[in-house]
Amino acid sequence: MAEKKEYKVIGTRPIRHDGVDKVTGRAIYGGDFQITGLLHGRVLRSPHAHARIVSIDTSRAEAHPGVKGVVTAQDLPTAADKMADLGEGAVNLKYLCDNILASDKALYKGHAIAAVAATNPHIAEEACELIEVEYELLPPVLEVRQAMEPDAPILHDNLRTSSLGETGDKPSNVASHFQHKKGDIDKGFDEADIIIEREFVTGTVHQGYIEPHNATALYNPDGQLTVWCSTQGAFTVREQLAEILQYPISKIKVVPLEIGGGFGGKINVYVKPLAALLAKKTGKPVKVLMNRADVFEGTGPTPASYITIKMGATNDGKITAAQTSLFFEAGAYPGSPVGAGAMCVFAPYNIENAQIDGYDIVVNKPKTAPYRAPGATNAAFGTETVVDEIAEKLNIDPLEIRLMNGAKEGDRRADGPVYPRIGFIETLEAAKEHPHYGSPNGKKYHGRGIASGFWFNIGLESSVTINVNPDGTVNLVEGSTDIGGTRASIAMQAAEVLGISAESVNPTVVDTNSIGYTAVTGGSRTTYATGYAAYEAAQDVVKQMKERAAKLWDVDEDNIQFADGEFSSINGKEEQISFKDLSARLGETGGPVIGRATMNPAGAGGAFATHVVDVEVDVDTGKVEILRYTATQDAGKAIHPSYVEGQIQGGVVQGIGWALNEEYIYNDDGAMTNASFLDYRMPTCLDLPMIDAVIVEVPNPGHPYGVRGVGEVPIIPPPAAIANAIYDAVGIRMTELPMSPDRLLKAMGKI
Amino acid sequence: MQAFEYIDAKTVSEAVALLDEKGDKARILAGGTDLIVQAREGRRELDWMIDIKSIPDVNVLDFDSDTGLTLGAAVPCYKIYADDAICNAYPGLVDATKIIGGTAIQGRAGVGGNLCNASPAADCIPPLIVLNATCAIVGPNGQREISVEDFCTGPGQTALGQGEILVSLKIPTPQQNSSSYYLRFIPRNEMDIAVVGAGASVVLDADKQRIVSARIALGAVAPTPLFAGEASALLTDKEISDDAIDEAAQAAQAIARPISDMRGTAEQRTHLVGVLTRRALNGAIQRVKDTA
Repeated sequence: MAEKKEYKVIGTRPIRHDGVDKVTGRAIYGGDFQITGLLHGRVLRSPHAHARIVSIDTSRAEAHPGVKGVVTAQDLPTAADKMADLGEGAVNLKYLCDNILASDKALYKGHAIAAVAATNPHIAEEACELIEVEYELLPPVLEVRQAMEPDAPILHDNLRTSSLGETGDKPSNVASHFQHKKGDIDKGFDEADIIIEREFVTGTVHQGYIEPHNATALYNPDGQLTVWCSTQGAFTVREQLAEILQYPISKIKVVPLEIGGGFGGKINVYVKPLAALLAKKTGKPVKVLMNRADVFEGTGPTPASYITIKMGATNDGKITAAQTSLFFEAGAYPGSPVGAGAMCVFAPYNIENAQIDGYDIVVNKPKTAPYRAPGATNAAFGTETVVDEIAEKLNIDPLEIRLMNGAKEGDRRADGPVYPRIGFIETLEAAKEHPHYGSPNGKKYHGRGIASGFWFNIGLESSVTINVNPDGTVNLVEGSTDIGGTRASIAMQAAEVLGISAESVNPTVVDTNSIGYTAVTGGSRTTYATGYAAYEAAQDVVKQMKERAAKLWDVDEDNIQFADGEFSSINGKEEQISFKDLSARLGETGGPVIGRATMNPAGAGGAFATHVVDVEVDVDTGKVEILRYTATQDAGKAIHPSYVEGQIQGGVVQGIGWALNEEYIYNDDGAMTNASFLDYRMPTCLDLPMIDAVIVEVPNPGHPYGVRGVGEVPIIPPPAAIANAIYDAVGIRMTELPMSPDRLLKAMGKI
Repeated sequence: MQAFEYIDAKTVSEAVALLDEKGDKARILAGGTDLIVQAREGRRELDWMIDIKSIPDVNVLDFDSDTGLTLGAAVPCYKIYADDAICNAYPGLVDATKIIGGTAIQGRAGVGGNLCNASPAADCIPPLIVLNATCAIVGPNGQREISVEDFCTGPGQTALGQGEILVSLKIPTPQQNSSSYYLRFIPRNEMDIAVVGAGASVVLDADKQRIVSARIALGAVAPTPLFAGEASALLTDKEISDDAIDEAAQAAQAIARPISDMRGTAEQRTHLVGVLTRRALNGAIQRVKDTA
C-alpha cells in the first residue's frame, strides 16, 4: 500500500527533457525526416461512401514520367482471393488489410484504393488522377439506427451478428451485442419513486491531433524493413505491419519519431504499410504524408452513438436502478469502443441493479479509432444528464446526489470488477469546497452545470533499461511514445529511486530493436506502467551499485545501505559514497552498470473526475460561451503536477469541442463536407476560459508512488456538464451532441 | 499542386496586358491568402500567377476628408486598421479588416482581394456596400467604375471582363452624424467563415434621434453579398426605435435566400439575418451617439 510521504523529485515541476528541442524547432517529426534517394507517396482515395470496386487500371499512372511504382490491394499478400479457406481470424485480417487498401469494396469516402510513389509529391498527386477506377455505386448507411433497419444497405455480406453467445443467420450491420447485468433490474425500478428515461445522440468526432499521419519506409536488399514514423506505439506498428504484410517481425524495425499528438488516433496504421509496399516495389525509401482532409476522411474518428438511459431513484435520492442500451458506430469495420463505454457508463455510482446492453454497428464511415477514454464520453453524456435531471426533480443539489450514490472502495461495478481504493468522493468534495461552486450564479441566461466521469486506466507491458554514466547521471531507455510529458514523468520516478535530480536522468524513446516490448502509449498507462518499470529498473541499478560499494569497501553486500543518494556501510566499517562518486568508480569495480525491468503491472488505478462549468447562452444566436471551468480529478499521485494539469486542461478543451461544435457533417451521398480545420470546429484559445485544474491525490495501491492514469478521464464530463449548465441557463435539456448554435436555436423554438 | 509561372508585374498596363494575353489560366496575385490555398488544394487551375504588389497604384492608401478614401487593391488589412483617420471615418470596414484571418493573415490579405475572390461570405463586401464604395477597374479598353454592390455576379464570379483588374476602391467621405458597423455570426470566436454577415451604415439627424438614411447589406445568404435596398429604405426619416429596426430586419430577412451547408442551415441563416441586422443597425447608431 502506497502511503503519503515526502519525496525529493516526485511532485516537483522540472523542465521537461524534450522541451528545448520542441521550442527551438529541433525535434524531428515524420514530415522532417530525410534520407538519400527518397521518393514521395500519395494515396488515391474513394470519392464514394459505398461502392463495389469493379476494376482498377493503374497503367496510365505507371507510365507517367517520374512515377516509380503504384500499389493496390493486389499487392498485399492477403489479397481477397487468398482469404477463402482461412478461418475466423482471417476475416479480421481481411478487415485489417482492406482498411489499408480496399480490395472488393470502398466502404467510406476517403477509403484508400491505391498508392503511388514518385520523384516528388506533385507528380505522385498528378499520377493518382491517372488511375482509373470503375465503381458500382451502392447506397450508403451513415447512422446506427438506420444501419439496424431490416432493409438497410449491408456493408459486409459475410458479417453475422454475434449476440450473447449466438450467431445470427443472415447478413447484418450489427457486428455484436453484449450485456452486463447486476442485481435485479425490475426490482430496482419497482423500488424507485422517480424514473427518468431519455435518449441521446452524439456526433462523430476526430482527435484532431495537429500532426497528420506519416511514414517513411526502406526495404534493404537483405529483407530488413525499417519504418520511421509518428506513432503512439512502435511495437504495435511492428505487429500490424507483420500481420498486414505477412512479414517476419524480426525483419521489421520501427523507429518512432517525435509525435505531434495522437489522443488514441495514432495506434492504428494507415500509411505505414503503404510506405512499406511502395518501398518494396520501388527499391527506394518512400515517404507518405497525409494532408488534413486525408486525416479526417481516411483515419479513425471516435464514433457517433445512440444511447438510451433509464434510471430510477427513491425520493431521498438513492439511485435504485440503471439501464442503458449503447449503440455505437464502428465505422466501416467492426470494433467500436462500446465495450469501454459499457464499463464506464454507470461506473461513478454504486447502483444495486443495473443492466447494460452494448451494440457494435458498422456504417459507411472511416473505421473508428480510440480517442481519449474511448466510448466513455458518449456514455457519460447520457448518464450524467439523467442524474442531473433526477437531482433537479427531487430538488437535491447535483453534487449531493453524487455524494450520496458515489462509488467507494469495495463497491462492485455493473460489469463486474470490485473497486480497490478510489477517489471519486474526494473529487466531489474538492468540487464542493472550490470557490467556483460557492460563487454567485443567478444572471439571466447564465447557468452552471456539473458532471462526473470515470476511466478505468490500464497497465500492460513496459520495459526500461538504465545505463549509469561515469558522471553520476543515467541514460534511461524506454519504448513509450511521449505524448504528454512522459519522458519527464518516467525519468522522475527513476530519479526518486536513485536519489538524483530529474535533470540527471536522460530519457530516450528508442526503436523496436533497442528496448524490450512496450505496449502503446494509451489507456493512460504510461506514467503508471512505464514509470513503474523505471522504478524497478532503478531499483535494479541500486542493487548492483550496492554490490559495487561492497566490493569497493570489501564488506558484505548486506551491510550496504542506500538512502538520499548516498551509499553507506553499516555494521562496523564506516564508509560513505554518493551515487555520483560511485558512478565514477564503476570501471574499477567491474564495469558498466545497467539496470533493467520489464513489467505488466495489474494494479492500474481507476480515475474519477468532477467538473463544474458556467456558461452564458446567447438566446438570439444559440451560441454558448464558456465563462468558467473547474475540473477536479484524482491523479493518485501527481508525479509532475504541471503535466497533470496540462492533461486535465487538454482533456477539458477536447470535451468542450465535442460538446459545442465538433462533428463530422455529411451530405446525402455520405461525403463529409467539413474535412478541414476551418469547418471542423475545434475550440481555439479565444473560445476558452482559464481551466482551473484541481489535483486530488488518493494514492493508487497498485503503484509504488500511487500513480493513477490521468490523461483520459478529463474529456468525459464536459459535454454533460455543459448540457446541464445550458439547462440551468435556459431551461432546455439538450440530448444531442454537438450542442451547436443551430441545434440550440431549434431546441429553444427560435427556428 | 500543379506547376505555374510567376510574374511580378511593375505597372497596371503590364498586368492588364499579361492578363489579357494569358486568359483564363492566369490569375492576379495580391495577398494570396485565397489564391495560393486554392492552387495548392487543386481547386483552381492556373498556369500564370501575376503578382501586382509591386505596382504603385494598387498600394495607394489615401484618405482625404474632402474626396474620401482611395484604397489600393493590394493594401493589406493591417494598414487599414492601423490608420486612425480611416478607423474614425469607416468603422464598419475596419470591423471587417480586423476579423479576416488572424494577425499574420491580416499582414497579407486585403480588401481588394477579398472582393475579387467574390465569396458570398466575404467579410469586407457588406461594409463596402453600405459605405457606397465603388471599384476603379482598368482593362484593355481603358478605365471604368462600378459600384461594389454590382461587382459580384456569383460565387467566385465578378463583373471583371477579359484582361480587367481591380486597381482601387473609392469610398465617399462619410456624412455628418453617420457611422457604420459590420458583424458576422460564427460558432467560435475565431477561425471561422461567416455563417451570416451583416453591415449597416446610418446617417442620423443633428439630435441623433432620427435616422436620416440607412444602408444594410448581407453576407452568406445568397450567391453574392446583397444590398438590402428595401430594408434600408424603410428606415429613411424614421425615429430610432426597436420597432423601426425590427421592421427593417424583417425586410432584410425577406430577401435572404440562403442554402444549408456545413457552416449552417438555411433556417438558421434566415433567423440570423434578423438578429445581425438589428445588431448592426444598433451598433452603427450607437457609434454615432458615442461620437461627440
